[in-house]
Amino acid sequence: MNRASLFVPLGIFCLIVVLGYLGFRLEDPHRLPSALLDKPFPEFNATVLGAPERRVSRDDLLGAPVLVNVWATWCPTCKAEHEELMRIDALTDLRLVGVNYKDDRAKALRWLEDFGDPYEFVLEDSDGLLGVELGVYGAPESFLLDAQGLIIYKRVGEISPRVWRDEIAPLLERLEVRSNYDTSD
Amino acid sequence: MIVELGHLALVISLGFAALIAVFGLVGAQRNQVGLMNATSTLVSGQFVFIALSFGVLTYAFLIDDFSVAYVANNSNTLLPWQYKFSAVWGAHEGSFLLWILIMAGWSLAVAVKGRDLPQAFQARVLGVMGILNVGFLAFLLFTSNPFERLVPMTPAEGADLNPLLQDFGLIVHPPMLYMGYVGFSVAFAFAVAALLSGRLDAAWARWSRPWANVAWAFLTLGIALGSWWAYYELGWGGWWFWDPVENASFMPWLAGTALIHSLAVSEKRGTFKSWTLLLAITTFSLSLLGAFIVRSGVLTSVHAFAVDPTRGLFILIFLAMVVGSSLTLYALRTATISAKASYTLASREAFLLLNNILLIISMAFVLLGTLYPLAYELATDGAKISVGVPYFNAGFVPIMLFLAAALGVAPVLNWKRTPASRLIGNLGWVAGLSVVLGVGLPLVLADAVGWQVLVTLVLAFWILGSHAADFVRRARKGSLPVAYLGMQIAHLGFAVTLIGVAITSVLSVERDLRMAPGESTEVGSVSVRFVGVARVSGPNYLADQGEFVMVESGRRYTLRPEKRSYLARQSVMTEAAIDPGLFRDVYISLGEPLEAGAWAVRVQVKPFVRWIWLGGLLMAFGGVLAVMDSRYRRLKVRQARTTAAVAAEGT
Repeated sequence: MNRASLFVPLGIFCLIVVLGYLGFRLEDPHRLPSALLDKPFPEFNATVLGAPERRVSRDDLLGAPVLVNVWATWCPTCKAEHEELMRIDALTDLRLVGVNYKDDRAKALRWLEDFGDPYEFVLEDSDGLLGVELGVYGAPESFLLDAQGLIIYKRVGEISPRVWRDEIAPLLERLEVRSNYDTSD
Repeated sequence: MIVELGHLALVISLGFAALIAVFGLVGAQRNQVGLMNATSTLVSGQFVFIALSFGVLTYAFLIDDFSVAYVANNSNTLLPWQYKFSAVWGAHEGSFLLWILIMAGWSLAVAVKGRDLPQAFQARVLGVMGILNVGFLAFLLFTSNPFERLVPMTPAEGADLNPLLQDFGLIVHPPMLYMGYVGFSVAFAFAVAALLSGRLDAAWARWSRPWANVAWAFLTLGIALGSWWAYYELGWGGWWFWDPVENASFMPWLAGTALIHSLAVSEKRGTFKSWTLLLAITTFSLSLLGAFIVRSGVLTSVHAFAVDPTRGLFILIFLAMVVGSSLTLYALRTATISAKASYTLASREAFLLLNNILLIISMAFVLLGTLYPLAYELATDGAKISVGVPYFNAGFVPIMLFLAAALGVAPVLNWKRTPASRLIGNLGWVAGLSVVLGVGLPLVLADAVGWQVLVTLVLAFWILGSHAADFVRRARKGSLPVAYLGMQIAHLGFAVTLIGVAITSVLSVERDLRMAPGESTEVGSVSVRFVGVARVSGPNYLADQGEFVMVESGRRYTLRPEKRSYLARQSVMTEAAIDPGLFRDVYISLGEPLEAGAWAVRVQVKPFVRWIWLGGLLMAFGGVLAVMDSRYRRLKVRQARTTAAVAAEGT
């Protein structure tokens, strides 16, 4: 046995690490899967929470940048996120549209009454079909659309003040959306 | 406030771990007794602070402190208290805190039980474990802090623990599994310490053998518990799925099994030393690799934790540093001149080598199957593939049967060489008898069996027969040391598992039925009558509970499988009902409700399925028993004397 052959285990290990690294780069679930990036938001036809006679489609999202936020009352992280959404609604001109995902209508309405309603309107997705279209992993999840309805950003998980400051606020500047939300702190 | 205390305790223990690493390694290198003494004291301090932190998180669960994000995501006021307790390790952050607590516990055990080791060696071992714990604690604090608060928005109610995990199996499975994973860090640290000190004699093998055995026994128990839990909780009646996460625990087990056998040769014969070092490093590396697979989300699995890319990257870098540096150390420091091999083919050395080769091949096979989907996805730019059960069974089963055949020869063999006459004299009749029993028994007792069952039974009887014969021979001579009994029991356990796996896999009966209330049917030799479904409610769920009256060879009993709907997560769970037995389980689970009160029902009769886990218990028991041998107690006295002598020489 010579010294060189003793390096064989190290070599095998290096291969495994490289594989692990590449594989791990492959799946970054907080980043938008390339399939949806810069693609138009999917077509849909849904009823509006609290106004069952009103139907909305993709056209209702066009015209100005909009943040589509997937939420549900069964999701505690959504509750944690809700205050941030209220702040965004109060301090910026960004449109907010909710997708009430696999939820109970009465509970959802009560939630908006209790904690405030930051949304322009909320789509009902009680069976989660729109969620499937959007490739939703779980709630909360958010999509930022430009005025033409292209998805330019996606966030899996809570929008925290940090995510707002680091990831969304810079995009809003580019989209020329007015904001008084002071992100300096 | 108390929660912040738990966080602070973690930060302090990170400081302790760093000091342990520095004091232990520097103290040993410079031979400074003061630093080495301090190392042992610091290890106690580290344990106290980590235990405190663990206690605080447990407390936060018990009082429903939903301002803590981890508690809010994994508990609920309605959750029964024992599950609030086990929910501490129900998800990523808390389970890693448990991992660290166990790591600190093993360090403490080395500090206390390893007092008989040469002090420099012990300090090095503790130092290496300190480095590992620095990495683990930094990982927890920087990427997965379990004490993170949800302020100012504190939810009034928690999201509840994943219903799959609300079960006795989960209370015990992860602690056992981690005891095994992390326990192998002791054997790893012994190997690295031996490489650092350049003392590559048989001594380190003798010292690390009990530790490796105990860790192996825990891992065996952990895997068996996991398999048992999957069997009754997932509702499919399967007991092994070759899922990446299962493989992640199985690979260190295979390498660890090779390690405890190789350690025997290194201790007794002074050979295989480099190989044993490599196995000690490999086994723990596979534990770390397992942690990477489970916690990074590179591979999809039913067990996967919530995924965060920074976590995956952190573990991967840590893995690369720890394993990369120890393998480099191994390549540079281990002895290249192997002792002249002085054993023949019919010797215990040769068969233990065969054992090692087979186990490592099977481990490599599982590793390949686990990583292949990843490689495929990379090579084909994103196409997904899943390496299925057929791949694993096709390769793994023949290797294990081959191992079983070799194991039957093992007890008769001497070190160095065994006369052929003795081999034939002792094993000839065992071989004959095992063929007669292995083929005859099933043909007499059952009407249809596959050839796979016959082959496995012959091999199982072969193992049992040769071990029993050797036991009788030794008992006559009155030489039955505890370590020998441990080996006998562990090997018996292997045969028992083998029997269980073969018979369950081939002879199980499974029927998917549509049943309306009042209907009856026959599954195998069991008659099943569906009485109806009733609504029942549990502490945090509502359930449809089916009632089935079973009649089986004159015995009458009722099974009540449930379809549970957990309130907080709105998730539906299948709760199977099982009538367990040593020779067969009857397993019933409710599927979907169909029209007009009928239900989809799955009925399974699974012969010998309990033997799979019974064998696991026996293996683990044997592994622990081997450590109880008086040989290791005598060893301590001897070491104490040697240490004293060395110390005297030094002055």
